[in-house]
Amino acid sequence: MLSLSLSHRFADGGFALDVAFEAPGAGVTALFGPSGCGKTTILSAVAGLMRPASGRIGRGGEVLFDSSSGIFVPPERRRCGVVFQEARLFPHLSVAANLRYGLSRAPTGAEGPGLEEVVDLLGIAALLARRPGRLSGGERQRVALGRALLSRPRLLLMDEPLAALDLARKAEVLPFLARLRARAGLPILYVTHALDEVDALADTLVLLEAGRVLAAGPVEALAARTDLPLAARRDAGVLIGCVVGAHDARRGLTRLDFAGGSFLVPLRAEAPGSVGRVRVRARDVAVAIAPPAGLSVQNILPATLAEIVAGPSPHEAFLRLAVGPTTLLSRVTRDSVQRLGLRPGQALWAVVKAVGFGFGGATG
Amino acid sequence: MTMGWLSPEEWDAVRLSLSVSLRAVAVSLVPAVFIAWLLVRGRFPGRVLLDALVHLPLVVPPVVVGWGLLMLFGVRGPIGAPLLEWFGVRLVFTSEAAALATAVMSFPLIVRAVRLGIEAVDPGLEATARTLGAGRFDTFLTVTLPLMSPGILAGAVVAFAAGLGEFGAVITFASNIPGETQTLPLAIYTATQTPGGDAIAARLAGISFALALAGLLLAELIARRMHRLLGRG
Repeated sequence: MLSLSLSHRFADGGFALDVAFEAPGAGVTALFGPSGCGKTTILSAVAGLMRPASGRIGRGGEVLFDSSSGIFVPPERRRCGVVFQEARLFPHLSVAANLRYGLSRAPTGAEGPGLEEVVDLLGIAALLARRPGRLSGGERQRVALGRALLSRPRLLLMDEPLAALDLARKAEVLPFLARLRARAGLPILYVTHALDEVDALADTLVLLEAGRVLAAGPVEALAARTDLPLAARRDAGVLIGCVVGAHDARRGLTRLDFAGGSFLVPLRAEAPGSVGRVRVRARDVAVAIAPPAGLSVQNILPATLAEIVAGPSPHEAFLRLAVGPTTLLSRVTRDSVQRLGLRPGQALWAVVKAVGFGFGGATG
Repeated sequence: MTMGWLSPEEWDAVRLSLSVSLRAVAVSLVPAVFIAWLLVRGRFPGRVLLDALVHLPLVVPPVVVGWGLLMLFGVRGPIGAPLLEWFGVRLVFTSEAAALATAVMSFPLIVRAVRLGIEAVDPGLEATARTLGAGRFDTFLTVTLPLMSPGILAGAVVAFAAGLGEFGAVITFASNIPGETQTLPLAIYTATQTPGGDAIAARLAGISFALALAGLLLAELIARRMHRLLGRG
């Protein structure tokens, strides 16, 4: 458990940071917000690379920073592995020496994966003898991740590790992050402004804006809220945990089961039983008051209209639809609400045009 | 220009110049690295004053620097007197004095080159080393120092090449004693003051020129090699 409360004012520009939140002792906590909202400053403060004007940072029972008692643990004794956006590999050392830099300085007795295991996990065995200057962006980022892991950290801090990569490189690194996340034990604080990374990796979300915490909590819970700036985005929508049910290779479809129903999506590579998360965007969900017929859409789910709430503009509304215990959001015009005479409690059909699955997204 | 064979005295001047310049660089290198590091990364009152002090030998006439050293290290000077009394060391008019005068004169050159070397080191890499468990000194030794080494080497070579030609401070502080403090430029000066010494002066000037050029070329070569080694293209 990481608990943090900080306030800091930067002399130039007058940018003020005033945040407090807690991150669970396991899983990925994403700090999400537009650039300049203070995400990176928070990460630097946790790593000990900057000293906030006031506040307190505690991890488990240990105090890393406390302005009231003058405690400031230097970065080399915080055991926070950091992966920066620009990899920051030491250019004068080989990949192998970069990887060993933190390993040889880890406290004796610190538990963690060994060199071979990490090299294996990240697929960097072929790079060991090379210099960082000769690596691609994706390779560099994987080595940086390995180096941080090998310093036997008790907390992994990642500062937009994929932001400097193009889509193909991003797709190359993301599976390694997902694999890392799956290995229990190491909590990760992950700074990003990319929602797809949140969808693919985060368990807990801390929503930041202009140096303040807007909301914090489980990702699924925050995604379903319509009162947050998240809801105004084009890709606003609910996140639904699901299991790969079955593949139908002949029809080219995969069934994803969630609590209360299932989706059909174009054939996936994941094995049946794999756990994942889909994003169902509010603008991809339409409703019908009678059973629709003759549509190309694969996913038409019986639902109950739970609530009509204010939309991102005065002329739009969000419909909160209950599909069993699962909630879907639908973004419709005010006019549609009037025209169809929608009211809470009504039985409807949710027409789901597209289902984004983990990273990349698929349509159904 | 024909080089011909050098007389023993002329050889002495060449050897002495090389030795004095080498010792000057050896003496000033470590303090120069430390001062340069302070000037780039240090946050303390008086940084501007220290900066000015370091650069003083570049702008003060060399004769004045030599005179200052003579006042400090002379047998009755505030440093020279205790040195002689406690350790029996008499600096003035020795080749050590020539080396010290050369070191003081070339100090700003080394500091400037090392400074450029440090400024080329990304502070982000130092911060990264800290997060990987390296303390301040460890970080300096394993990250900062190797990455600034092109600057250190360039500074050392340029200071060595410039040191070969130091005249004013050496002749004032160490005097012009053949075989002891008469370095190349002093020998050239002496030759031009001697009737019929033109040929000697020309030979020694040629050697001076060649040594300086070789030094600069070597510096360039080392710098390129190091940059490649450090992965900066």
